[in-house]
Amino acid sequence: MKLSVYRIAANQLRTTHILDVKTENPTVKTFTFKDKQCAKAEPGQFLMLWIPKVDEIPLSILDARKNGEVAVAVKNVGEATTALHSKKVGEVIGIRGPFGNSFTMKNGRILMVGGGTGIAPLLFLIKKLPSKTRLVFVMGAKTKEELMFVDELEELCSKGNVVATTEDGSYGVKGLATTPLESLLAKEKFDMIYTCGPEQMMLKAFVLAEKHGIALEASLERLMRCAIGLCGSCVVGKYRVCRDGPVFTASQLKEAKSEFGVSKRDFSGKRIPLG
Amino acid sequence: MKKYLKNSRLSVSLAGLKLANPTILASGILGYSTETLENIVKGGAGAVVTKSVGSKPRVGYANPTIVQTSCGLINAMGLPNPGIDEFVTEIHKAKTALNVPLIVSVYGFSAEEYATVAKKAVNTGADAVELNVSCPHVKETGSEIGQNPRILAQVVRKVKAVVDKPVFVKLSPNVTSIVEIAEVSVKAGADSLTAINTVKAMAIDTETAMPILSNKIGGQSGPAIKPIAIGCVYEIYEHVKVPIIGCGGIVNWRDTVEFLLAGASAVQIGTAVAQKGPNVFRAITRGINVYLKKKRFESVNEIVGLSHRS
Repeated sequence: MKLSVYRIAANQLRTTHILDVKTENPTVKTFTFKDKQCAKAEPGQFLMLWIPKVDEIPLSILDARKNGEVAVAVKNVGEATTALHSKKVGEVIGIRGPFGNSFTMKNGRILMVGGGTGIAPLLFLIKKLPSKTRLVFVMGAKTKEELMFVDELEELCSKGNVVATTEDGSYGVKGLATTPLESLLAKEKFDMIYTCGPEQMMLKAFVLAEKHGIALEASLERLMRCAIGLCGSCVVGKYRVCRDGPVFTASQLKEAKSEFGVSKRDFSGKRIPLG
Repeated sequence: MKKYLKNSRLSVSLAGLKLANPTILASGILGYSTETLENIVKGGAGAVVTKSVGSKPRVGYANPTIVQTSCGLINAMGLPNPGIDEFVTEIHKAKTALNVPLIVSVYGFSAEEYATVAKKAVNTGADAVELNVSCPHVKETGSEIGQNPRILAQVVRKVKAVVDKPVFVKLSPNVTSIVEIAEVSVKAGADSLTAINTVKAMAIDTETAMPILSNKIGGQSGPAIKPIAIGCVYEIYEHVKVPIIGCGGIVNWRDTVEFLLAGASAVQIGTAVAQKGPNVFRAITRGINVYLKKKRFESVNEIVGLSHRS
């Protein structure tokens, strides 16, 4: 796993213009902009996006291209993301990053489990993985409308290797992203599981990975402020998600089991149950 | 314990607290949870200071709460903390888990609040309290108290009256005379002074012509403020007898030695944790040890205030 190195002075806030806005589903939009530093990001890393006058929020990097373009997928969940969703091409945003570590580039038979916008860093990872013997992608959403990046994933992994699940059964397998996992793991031996999405989903994937003796890496999300490992807002056990993560191995998750899938910290630093 | 941590050459006594080495985690850095404090202690810190805690929970300010600058950071977190009644559980846990002195940073909006919070912290196991009378970005507390000699003296006296552990006062550089404020604190009973807290600062984005921090004003930390802090420590040392804890922009052992030579008995480190991680404490301690050996000093205490000879 690649560790993060910070030079505070080398990663100051800079502004950039929104180059493209794409509606992925009723609640998610993808924003593209130019940023030299984040264009060098590795899959799993995140950036801090400043919405002037409103907020600064952590976002997983969906894509970082050689031409300097960077993309993030943003779900509309609150005041900051509503403000961002209302922004149009040409408007100004601020960027810090990239921050955090990245997924290990593993060869072999890969299983990915993504939920909601957690699919974003996994999609980026697929594009960067050197060569894959085999890749199965399990994705989950509440409804068919909320499924994202299906076409892109089917193109990258070939159609038969993408398993979509919806909670209402309006597309693919009815249930949660974790529903098809048990049978997939019983049928086939995988070398690595990468997961990102709701923490209960990742916890389930972690438990199954342990049971089947498969290596796992999960990308976690917490409240973030400084993003450089100082303020303590994002700590999980002894780890800082912004600095020691956001990608954690199964053994690290085991060490942090009193908080992984259990609790997070609110704005006052108090531990509260994961919603 | 590692050999160099038992090295008596490096151990210091601070208003009765015994530290294996003179490096302390500064307040505001991590410090919500025992696990992260343990990690800092594993990294070699001689003592730790918690986040500032008040009588009630505080959520702090909206992001951006931090600006990375060419010479450190400007922050305006807004004193987020779960409140002392929630935090006592963590103090208790930390006290049991840590083998170094635990200093709880305390703030309040009145002398009574400082005293109430300090008392609860000490009753739960804090080895000392550090009064935050120097945070530059929250109204009616922090530096607004530390800039007013009369109120500051009240706060220190009230706290001293209710706790039987050392009381540290963390000073703001944003005053006309830090020596006067230092003397007022000591006269009111401060057992040690921490100098300095962040320097009031701001950053404006040129593209949008807007202040970056949501609170607009914050406090600068990191290498930018080291020379200011050294100057403050040097001046305070000439006027007070209590030990001084130097703080501001320390990145390496040489910075630390500079603070000791200026008159600090120990130092606090915060911003450097971002660049160097928790092991910054160990790296600094090793560096001091090499310096002391090379210069043939028996103890780190021998160099405290040494620059005042000339």
